[in-house]
Amino acid sequence: MKLALERKHLLYIPLFLAAVFFLVPMYIMLVTGFKGFEEVSLRTMWDLPSGIKLDNFIEAFDKLSPHMWNSVRMVVPAAIISSILGSINGYVLSKYRFRGSNVIFPLILFGMFIPYQSILIPLVEFMRNIGLYGTISGLVLTHVIYGLPITTLTFYNYYATIPGELLEASRIDGAGMLRSYWYILLPISLPAFVVVLIWQFTSAWNDFLFAVVLTSQQTWPVTVALNNMAGSQIIAWNVQMAGSFLAALPTLLVYIFLGNYFLRGLMAGALKG
Amino acid sequence: MISRGERLLSLAIVTPSMLAIAIFVYGFILWSTRVSVSAWKGLLPDYSFVGLDNFKNLLFNDPRFIIDIRNTVIFTVVFVGGSLIFGLTLAILLDQGLRGESFFRSLYLFPMAISFIVTGVVWRWLMNPAMGSRMSGLNLLFDNMGLDFLINRWYTTPNWGIASIALAAIWQMSGYVMAMYIGGLRGIPHELREAARVDGASEPQIYRHIVLPMLWPVTLSALIILGHISLKVFDLIVAVVGKQLPLDVPAIYMWQTTFDGYFFGRGAAIGILLLISVAVLIIPYLIYTLRQENQL
Repeated sequence: MKLALERKHLLYIPLFLAAVFFLVPMYIMLVTGFKGFEEVSLRTMWDLPSGIKLDNFIEAFDKLSPHMWNSVRMVVPAAIISSILGSINGYVLSKYRFRGSNVIFPLILFGMFIPYQSILIPLVEFMRNIGLYGTISGLVLTHVIYGLPITTLTFYNYYATIPGELLEASRIDGAGMLRSYWYILLPISLPAFVVVLIWQFTSAWNDFLFAVVLTSQQTWPVTVALNNMAGSQIIAWNVQMAGSFLAALPTLLVYIFLGNYFLRGLMAGALKG
Repeated sequence: MISRGERLLSLAIVTPSMLAIAIFVYGFILWSTRVSVSAWKGLLPDYSFVGLDNFKNLLFNDPRFIIDIRNTVIFTVVFVGGSLIFGLTLAILLDQGLRGESFFRSLYLFPMAISFIVTGVVWRWLMNPAMGSRMSGLNLLFDNMGLDFLINRWYTTPNWGIASIALAAIWQMSGYVMAMYIGGLRGIPHELREAARVDGASEPQIYRHIVLPMLWPVTLSALIILGHISLKVFDLIVAVVGKQLPLDVPAIYMWQTTFDGYFFGRGAAIGILLLISVAVLIIPYLIYTLRQENQL
């Protein structure tokens, strides 16, 4: 038994090595970010900084902050609107089955997996025609619509676990469909809302494809701005590292503080919700 | 009983969303299909019908698309294989009831919260291919540690450069695979393993004959999720190397030929080919999953 216990401790070696692998990019972003300009050199990129300097972060923030603000203005409404729509869709689809609802469901789900290249040309044409091309509103609309499948699915799965008797009871008391939703279901939907809001926040914040074809320089969100910053020869790599950290920070904070909800969203994405 | 009024109300509530999906997903797919069989080249729409010419040119007459298919295959094999093996290994290690398990689990999963663009920008410097006095990144680290045999040209390796992008993708996604497997492992009844142990089975035997076969549905899900991600891979490559022919994939080709080159017909054809390849993977999976759920 003792031997088995000691051998078990050996398992920490691969676990530790894997942790190093996952942390290497973080280490490089932070170590480089905190070096002073005079200290930065590719030759010494693995060395720790001699002190904490904020030069890189200040310069990166200077370049990225308008775009981070664009991201915020895009992500907040997109996440809220698509969550609300997902909630009422999920409610109706799970509690009020009508004819054809089991044909509709797979059709909605498929929308979650399509490669967006297959709808990109019509999307751009459509946005041009309604005058939303190059605007943040256009990007919000896009994320709301293509977010509907996953938000509907997550709420559907959540509401399916809530016993029908609960709603039956409120109906006997004379509450209609909307009142039952408002007074019975909504108050217990908070966990599902957190999962869906986080999921939509993360995927819209991290999106690049829609942003790069639908926005212009004024309205670039942070992913597009960061990518262009990395592609330019003028901006030093140390500023790019600091910028990458800034661009990752909001979703990273969400992950650190609300990790369990994040994980549940991930699993819903694999249809295992 | 649900009243007629409520039935209508429920229809009225879901209709706008369903209409939006019908138009923006299915309507747009049809529209793209129409563009893919048109001669549209240049800024002004041109819907004159050319049959399957755009598809034929891509599949039989376009060296760039051949490179794309080759790159997609290499990327898929390395990325899917690597993530599955690595993810499963991590899940099994974490399944041994060690202290600190949840700490390691959260650590391995954090890259999922980050965008492919951030991952790409950082890995671009980690995989810096410069040699000699300009050596940096992982090559420099290997050099300092005396692991010279690991030094390589990363994404500038002829023909196989795309595999290094898959490495960055493994970094990002294997924690996700691990989480899926942990879910699967928790679903295996404890008594089953206990019974095998009582019968004298060794730990490796238990994994080989009981645990792994029971994890097959998880493996299938992971294969399909990862497979469809690798068919769509786009931002990660753009962030590491930009638009470079040796590391081209269909998604980048579509983007560039359409929005930089105004070859709308060809761009739409690439989009439709991507859609077909994803559909071949996803549709059977959706049917299978939904059937299973209905049976429960």
